[in-house]
Formats: sequence, structure tokens, C-alpha cells
Amino acid sequence: MKGRGTSNGIGIGRILVYNQPEIKISKYNIKSKNEELIRLDSAIDKAMEEIDNIYNKALVDAGTKEAEIFFAHKMFLEDPEYIMGIKDKIKTDGINSEWAIDQATEYFIAVFEDIEDDYIRGRINDIKDVSERLQRILLGIEFKDFSNIKKGTIIVAKDLAPSDTAQINKEMVAGIVTEKGGRTSHTSILARSMNIPSVCGVAGIVDMVKDGDCIIINGFNGEIVLNPTEDGVLQYKRKKKDYEMKKQKLEGMRGAKSISKDGFTVELAGNIGTIDDIDKVIENDGEGVGLFRTEFLYLYNNKLPTEEEQFNAYKTAAAKLGNRPLIIRTLDVGGDKEIPYLNIPHELNPFLGYRAIRYCLDNPGIFKTQLRAILRASSYGNIKIMFPMISSLEELRESKKLLEEAKSELKIGGFKFNEYIEVGIMVEIPAVAIHSRQFAKEVDFFSIGTNDLIQYTLAVDRGNQEISYLYNQFHPAVLSLIMTTIENGHKEGIWVGMCGEMAGDERLIPVLLAMGLDEFSMNPWSILKARYIISNTNRDEVRAKLDHILNLPTARDIEEYLHENILKYMDIV
Amino acid sequence: MAEREVILSNDTGLHARPASMVVREANKYESEIKFIKEDKEYNGKSIMSILSMGAIKGDAILIRALGKDEENAVVELKEFIEKKIVD
Repeated sequence: MKGRGTSNGIGIGRILVYNQPEIKISKYNIKSKNEELIRLDSAIDKAMEEIDNIYNKALVDAGTKEAEIFFAHKMFLEDPEYIMGIKDKIKTDGINSEWAIDQATEYFIAVFEDIEDDYIRGRINDIKDVSERLQRILLGIEFKDFSNIKKGTIIVAKDLAPSDTAQINKEMVAGIVTEKGGRTSHTSILARSMNIPSVCGVAGIVDMVKDGDCIIINGFNGEIVLNPTEDGVLQYKRKKKDYEMKKQKLEGMRGAKSISKDGFTVELAGNIGTIDDIDKVIENDGEGVGLFRTEFLYLYNNKLPTEEEQFNAYKTAAAKLGNRPLIIRTLDVGGDKEIPYLNIPHELNPFLGYRAIRYCLDNPGIFKTQLRAILRASSYGNIKIMFPMISSLEELRESKKLLEEAKSELKIGGFKFNEYIEVGIMVEIPAVAIHSRQFAKEVDFFSIGTNDLIQYTLAVDRGNQEISYLYNQFHPAVLSLIMTTIENGHKEGIWVGMCGEMAGDERLIPVLLAMGLDEFSMNPWSILKARYIISNTNRDEVRAKLDHILNLPTARDIEEYLHENILKYMDIV
Repeated sequence: MAEREVILSNDTGLHARPASMVVREANKYESEIKFIKEDKEYNGKSIMSILSMGAIKGDAILIRALGKDEENAVVELKEFIEKKIVD
């Protein structure tokens, strides 16, 4: 069985199935409006008292920031618009409080559902939580609570309200499994802050298990093992111990600077493909976003995104990141990324074909819409633009010309934007790496896209299993191109980053650091580990070995040398 | 009636914590407090109303107050939003 891992860690324990009694609301006419209003007020007082208790517990168990949720619950309960809405219904329609609450709640949920913002939409669950609490008190329904559970309990439920999760005793609960919810639901956020492993989205589990069943849950990959064998338990216990030791080391890196043992600072950023991914970057203490893939905007809705839609997406992303840099890569269609409605003809050799900047320069209307949207968003944060698949200076100049046109159009339209927005290119075609000195004179930064750079340099289709053994990031030619690119960038005074998988490869981080790479952008989960490696590397010591490394004959020689001479002496986690 | 315009400059706009800080502040005044964004009115004393505004960094908001302490309310709320709200 499998769901989505939403809070890291491994939990082994006995199941407690948690079924909230369902609340059924019926509508009836009341005799006295005044009495009904008094009945409502006393329910509000009781609810306030309950939330206060939960708030105080969350302060201790989950921390100030997480406890704020329940402060918000209290504010909902005191909210003039909400409470007046309920009372008005009672006064004008002469109906019972429970029904009036249903009506007022539905109204606000509808308003919130209309707002294109994940955070606000997420508050819908909080409003439901508060309104159900009120209704339950009015109806006199007792809720199961978690106060008397045994150590090592794994809670299995259809769904948990944030206030349910907050009442969990983290010393006793070894994990949470729910059928509903996702990474951004409050229950998952609370589970993460309380260090309880959790898995969401496990369809049908509540009906399949009973109290006391043994279960293992893996909060990393969402795996679930029901009634495991003894061996299975042992194996997971080992994994759990390993993980906990590593975690301690990595947690020490949170909030630390990304600085080598001998004092060289770099930037560690995350690669993202949607706006929600930014949360992962922030959770993992990323210092920015080094690659924001924009294809998701084009895959949504089966039509081209409008300038307004794109602007809103980029603006939201920039606002989420604050002052941290956000590098937006313009549309990288083609290759392995197909967007059906663009009707790009099927090609025999798509990776070398009509894709990315080639498509955009051929469709300047589509391209400029995106450029205008990025520019407009640039006044809301620290946005930089990056062009993919550049192979010649002409392409770069043409792209920059269109960018200038987009700027003039915005000026005429009276839009605000950052006139001095940084412009960079992906270095992913060997020709550009070789010729990088010239390119560096005309851009503000480079970002080395290693996935494509490796496949183009070695002529290996990275999707082809038959030849996957040839795809090798240790290949001396690949390392040499990277070295050339970094050196040429620095000679022209620009910074050089990397946004391919190699940037997060723990075996190569020390070498890349020694080469002078300024920014490493990777899968957000790798950031703390990368920081750990960097803080344990003496850059100049590795630098002294660089010449030797780059002159080794084969990829295997390099991999072995790195292991024997550098990695072995580092406490790699 | 008193009015002041304010541009949101904090990173998250009027979400979550900043929203609740502003509502708490607005509730200190006797006057009725309205926030106006793109011609729509929102109740400055209601967290739900403020959240439903969906205001983010860069948005311009008109603060309008009506009542005994209206002048103080708009001046102080503007300053509060500009200086006190940090993410």
C-alpha cells in the first residue's frame, strides 16, 4: 500500500482507528430568538475555552509559529462578519444556530475558494474546524480524544482536523496515516513540526484495518506495510535509526551559512516546477530558487496561459520568496517535455530539434507574453530571467532584443518593473561552454544545466536504458567543460551557478566548490546535506588537487580518486 | 470620514500572521474601519474579511475610517502596516 509521504521519518506501531462521529445538521424553527442567541453565545464561550487549551498545548509541543493556527481559530470565533452572519440568520429566519452556522460557513468557504492562493484556500479547513466545533458543542456530541493513548500508537483516520492533530501527544504517537490531505494541509505541517512521520492519501485504509493491528509507515516515500514480518520490522528499525542519526546532523545545518571550512561562501538554492514547491525550498532552508521551470503554466488548462495568469503566478512566487533570488527559466518546451496543443511536429531527434529558445524565437508572440509577465512580476521580488538551450550569440542577442521590446511596451503601458533585471543563460550545450568567455560578456550570469550538458557532450540520450551506462557525470570532458565555464564567467566578472542534478550530487560537491561554483541549485531535499558537505570541505585543499583530477584519464579514475582522497576523509552523511 | 492609501511592502502581503496583526490593531479603534481594494470594501475588524481580500505585496489599499477616532485610526493603521508588519 502506498500514499504520499508528508512528514519524514519511519513509524512502527499499533493502529488506533480514529473515526470522528459524523455531525448531522437539520434545520428547524426556533421558539425564541433571544434564547437561541444566548444558546449560541454560550457555545461560542465553550469553544473559545477549548481552543485556548489546544493553543496552549500547541505552544509547548509544536512551537509558537504552529500555534498561531489556533490563534487564528480564536479570531474566526470572534470575527464580527462571521458571528454577525450567524446571528442575522437566526434573527431574520428564526432558525436554529446549527443551521445558521452551516449557512454562514458555506458563504465564507465559497469566498475563499474563489481566491487564487493556496494559503487562503488552506484556511477553508480551519473555518470548517471551527464551525464543526461549535456545532458539536451545540449538539452535545463528545469527540474521541487522544489523551489516553498508548506509546507507539499509529493513528489511522479518514481525515484529521488541525485541532485533532495538535491534541496528539507526540511522545505517544509514532505516526499518522490519513485517506485525505496533502503536504500543505495543516495536519501535515503540524506533523512535521512535531516530528511525527505521516502519510496521506491512502485510499480505503480505514476500512481495511482494526485497532491493534501492527503497521509500518515510511513518511519519506509514503510506503505502508500492514502486519509486517519480524524481518520487516527489524529492517525498518535499522532504517529508522540511521535516519534519526543523519537527521540530527543535518538539522544542525538549518540556519547555518553555506560556507566552506576555509571560509568560502556559496549560495544553495532549490529547483522548482510549481509554486507549491517553494514551500519545500523554504522548509529545507534554501537560500533562493535557482531554477523555476515554467512549463506547468503551459500544461494547465490545455491552452496558452495569458500574460495575467503568468504574472500572477510569478508574482506569488516572488512574494513567497521575499528577498531571496528567483531565477525564472523561460519556456523549455520540446525534447522530453511535450505540450500537446502547441502542435510541435514529432521529430526523430527531438533533443537536437525544435525546442526551448528555438521554439520561442520562432513564436515571438508567445515568448514576449511570457517576458512581459516576468518583467511585471519583477517589481515584487528578486527575479532574474534565464534563457534555456542557447547555442549561439545570435540567439542570445535576439532573445535580449525581444526582452528590450517587452520592456518598452510595458513602459508605454505604464507598468512597473525592474529595469535592471539580471539576464542569464543555461549553459547546457557544449558549444556554449567552450565559447563561454564570449557569452559571459553579454549576460549577468551562467547556470550550468548538467543534465543536458552531459547528454550533449557524451552523445548519450539520457532516457535510453540501453546506453544509460554511458551517461556519466564523472567524465573528464564534462568536468573540463564545467571548469572552463566557471573560469570564463569569473574572468568576465559574472557569477556562475548550476541547476542540474549534479549540483546536489554529494560526491561532486567538493570538486564543484573547488572549481569556484558560486551557486548550487538542486532538489530542495538535498539542500541541508549539500550545506553539510560544504561546511566539511576545505576548498583550497581540494583546489590544490584539481589539476590532477582534471587530468585523470577516465571517469572511473576520477570517481575513485575522489572517493579515496577526499570523500573518505569527510564525514559524508 | 478619513482615508489614507497604503502600499503593502511586506513579503507575504496580508496573509496569516500579518492579517491577524492588522485586525487586532484595527479593533483598538472605536471607528468603523474599512479596507478598500480594487473598489471592493472589506471589514478591517474581521479576519475573514481581510483574508478574503487576498492582498499581496505591492497591492494598494485604501484605509477608510468613520467615527470619533477616524483621523487617528487611518494615520496609525497606515504607519502600522508600513512599519510594524514584518514576515
